[in-house]
Amino acid sequence: MRDGMLRPDFARPDTTSDAPWGPTVGRGYNRCMLPNPKQPSAAAATSHTCPFCGLLCDDVVVAPSGSGAVNVSERGCELSRAGFARQSAPGRDAPRVNGSEASFQQAVSAAARILDRAVQPLIGGLATDVAGMRAAVELADRCGAVLDHANSPAKFRNLLAFQDRGGITTTLAEVRNRADVLVIVGTDAVSRFPRFFERIAAPGGTLFGLKDSERRSIFVGSKPPPDAPGRSDWIPCDRAELPDVLGALAALAAGVRLDATQAGSVPIARLHEVSDAMRSARYGVLVWAAADLDFPHAELTVHAMQHMLATLSRTTRFSGLPLGGNEADLTADAVLLWQVGFPFRTSFASGRADYDPYLFDARRLLARHEVDALLWISTLSDVPVPAPADASGGPPLIPPLILLAGPNAAQSERAAVFFPVATPGIDHAGHLVRTDKVLTLRLTATRPSERASCARILRAICEELHGC
Amino acid sequence: MLMRLAGGRIIDPAHGVDGQVRDLYVRDGRIIDAPEDAATAQSIDVSGRIVMAGAIDLHTHIGGGKVNLARLLLPEDHRRSRDPRSELTRSSCGHAAPGTLSTGYHYAQMGYTACFEPAMLPINARQTHLELGDTPIVDKGCYAMLGNDDFFLRMLAGKQPQSRINDYVAWVMDCTQSIAIKVVNPGGISAFKFNQRRLDVDELHTHYRVTPRQVLQALTRAVHELGVPHGLHVHGCNLGVPGNVDTTLATMDAAEGLPIHLTHIQFHSYGTEGDRKFSSGAARIAEAINARSNVSADVGQIMFGQTVTASGDNMMQYRNADLGSPRKAVIMDIECDAGCGVVPFRYRDQSFVNALQWAIGLEIFLSVHDPWRIFLTTDHPNGAPFTTYPHLIRLLTDRPFRNDMFEKINPDARAASILGSLQREYSLYEIAIMTRAGPARTLGLSDRGHLAAGAAADIVVYRDDADRERMFTTPEYVFKDGELVVRDGKLVKITAGNVHTVKPEYDRSIQTDLEDYFERYQTTSAVGFRISRDELCECGSGLIVHDCRKAVR
Repeated sequence: MRDGMLRPDFARPDTTSDAPWGPTVGRGYNRCMLPNPKQPSAAAATSHTCPFCGLLCDDVVVAPSGSGAVNVSERGCELSRAGFARQSAPGRDAPRVNGSEASFQQAVSAAARILDRAVQPLIGGLATDVAGMRAAVELADRCGAVLDHANSPAKFRNLLAFQDRGGITTTLAEVRNRADVLVIVGTDAVSRFPRFFERIAAPGGTLFGLKDSERRSIFVGSKPPPDAPGRSDWIPCDRAELPDVLGALAALAAGVRLDATQAGSVPIARLHEVSDAMRSARYGVLVWAAADLDFPHAELTVHAMQHMLATLSRTTRFSGLPLGGNEADLTADAVLLWQVGFPFRTSFASGRADYDPYLFDARRLLARHEVDALLWISTLSDVPVPAPADASGGPPLIPPLILLAGPNAAQSERAAVFFPVATPGIDHAGHLVRTDKVLTLRLTATRPSERASCARILRAICEELHGC
Repeated sequence: MLMRLAGGRIIDPAHGVDGQVRDLYVRDGRIIDAPEDAATAQSIDVSGRIVMAGAIDLHTHIGGGKVNLARLLLPEDHRRSRDPRSELTRSSCGHAAPGTLSTGYHYAQMGYTACFEPAMLPINARQTHLELGDTPIVDKGCYAMLGNDDFFLRMLAGKQPQSRINDYVAWVMDCTQSIAIKVVNPGGISAFKFNQRRLDVDELHTHYRVTPRQVLQALTRAVHELGVPHGLHVHGCNLGVPGNVDTTLATMDAAEGLPIHLTHIQFHSYGTEGDRKFSSGAARIAEAINARSNVSADVGQIMFGQTVTASGDNMMQYRNADLGSPRKAVIMDIECDAGCGVVPFRYRDQSFVNALQWAIGLEIFLSVHDPWRIFLTTDHPNGAPFTTYPHLIRLLTDRPFRNDMFEKINPDARAASILGSLQREYSLYEIAIMTRAGPARTLGLSDRGHLAAGAAADIVVYRDDADRERMFTTPEYVFKDGELVVRDGKLVKITAGNVHTVKPEYDRSIQTDLEDYFERYQTTSAVGFRISRDELCECGSGLIVHDCRKAVR
């Protein structure tokens, strides 16, 4: 144990200045220290959980207007403002079958017919809440479909490493209260998770006396954004260099002496500085976003990062914080896992669940024309249906498409059956899983809505199926 | 509809009934006294059969974040045991950490009708309830994990009055819809976040300057004073460490005579004698339990084969990670609330340590006198998957079989164990206490675990087979709330279970403190922490609220 751990000012609970009890402090902290003071009593009535990125900020204030539009009035970020605004745009609310308006029941019957006839259906996209995913798993089981999520190319960068070696991870509140060293790899975090640094900042103080100004953030790859906490350093490099850079850093963290002077374009001397900072952290956190590790075999880089965390953990505490959860990928994965026992890229075609990260990759199945029906679910934004190039160089070939997406979805005209689908957290209540997997947040409806939820549509289709 | 189970031999220890031949009547999901219209009942002949209440597992990790991590970690284990889709059931899989569907199916097929998830992190309660809502047929309940959360530790370090701690404990139970309180490695999960690697009962947490003993005292008092039926459920310090028998005895004493339940006590009953400095502490542990009427325990028996350990105790799981097989592990700090660690294990009968662990568990079972205070668990999946219970029952009821198994284990472990000399064979009556009446009584489930009028009609009918493993693997009939769900080991109806809770009274002004605290330090709101009754139903479960004992104020 290092001396610093025993410093009385750090080691003892501060029972006089910031504990919610004791004679010197009543209620009511100095909230003006917070950049975005939430007022719990008022917030309880008006804050909503924003479903548009994996952070699931639960303090966003939205103001419904008369026309059904919903605007973010406080604490929104660009993703939440765009997300809520997209839901507000007027659009056709009737389902369509082969481009013509149809009743809900007609559309359900048409969708069931497609799935009944298909030899190998694929249920993809899967950007939906817990209830929607529950229904999707049941439907897939009934019709022998493959399940894969739109984000799974990114997710598998983490998953393959995880299934091979596990991992050491932490969650947002731990980061907020404890992290003195943050190493952020291959991402600026905020492009995909705009309020990330705001959410982990503690301008009003942490549980253990750590101040934001005492934190150190080291960006490996992307340029630090302005709201990076504390002292920030930047080790610029291209993403394609990350495997080399992380490999070298993992070696240094393990105490290996390197003869090389460069890892990619990064001088080893700079990586020595990073490794020293990591080894002297009290509670370090390594942050990455799998979606930004878009180079071949990035799972090996995740593997190297987890190896580095294991090495550092022998002497200090250092954990990973993989950022994800956008388009409900962690939600859909969690539900499939808990019900069935396998993650995405699971097929029910054999009458039992089969999991194979290669065979049941939706993009591969589509590119090789191995599926003859596609049900695509996109309830949060308009995740495009993948249209992989035909292997023979012809135009993309997409099997009969059943599309559950917003009323203005770009590909709605192409769908054999189109359902304008409700958005969880706007049109109806629901549940989503946050980036760190531990928190499942309650979504509430922000406006009255008649639009059918993903769960309702899928259950209705399931009831119409004949063969199974 | 009125149903009669005619001519069965009733084993109902809650009412002292041991094998009496009697008809049982069921109407509207409840057991009733013989009614006036008995002649109109649909009658099922169960003469010669053994009739018990549905079994209750009071400690089984079946849902929540760490279980889902275990599922994710072990596709290779799941591939080996898959349940196919049928007309009635859905595809699911898993041996060590099964999917919720397989979990519900297999428990029901073995005659279990209620399962309690013993390590629900309060911050993870919503996911836990969603998973339990997808666990069919069986009833569920959750123990909220406290004692490593920073709010509690700050209260303790700040010398807050016990009554305020009680309010907090009750607030957590209320918000998270739980039925009991568990503590895991008291203070140790938090200490690990400060890079402490060990914390014994009287060692100081370097930051909070409190000891596990103080954590145990505050929480046993809170649970007792609130009138929560089940005493504090304790996973003690030093899990798996040779010599931890002393820690465990100190943990019992920390309760100062108040009710305390020591869970998976097998993992906490190790001495340091012998050449390998690893020995059985079972005799001392059993003696201590026998001498202390305030103490109960479940065993956490290990069985040989592949499993996975999933625990809130990331301090100890980190220490054990290198022993895992296959060698991979998940270690997680969680939200200033707790942590978790997942490490796959393969227990081998030719390993000295594993074989002795197996023997220690059985020694404890056979040496504790009062079956009302010792419960049959494998700490699923940490000692073994719950599907091994019928085998475990045979080990306890059939001495020749047990001795045959004992002959097969590592010879050094055999030499270090007294198991071969233990004569005791559990009776069916005692098995019924350990798996039905006892768990219902300790958890306060007044209408479960017995067969008197007014009880829920959770009923199991067994053929009286001398091979108790076969008997308990495949009951002839299983009824859940009066509905036939299993016939001859096959599922015939899939129902949804309920969640059992208790709701101790408390001063609701604590909510304001929590709102302030969440606002200041957490990353969600205290308002969103609360799971309402309606939301629980949306998760998939009905809610049954049981009475607390009279609160002690």
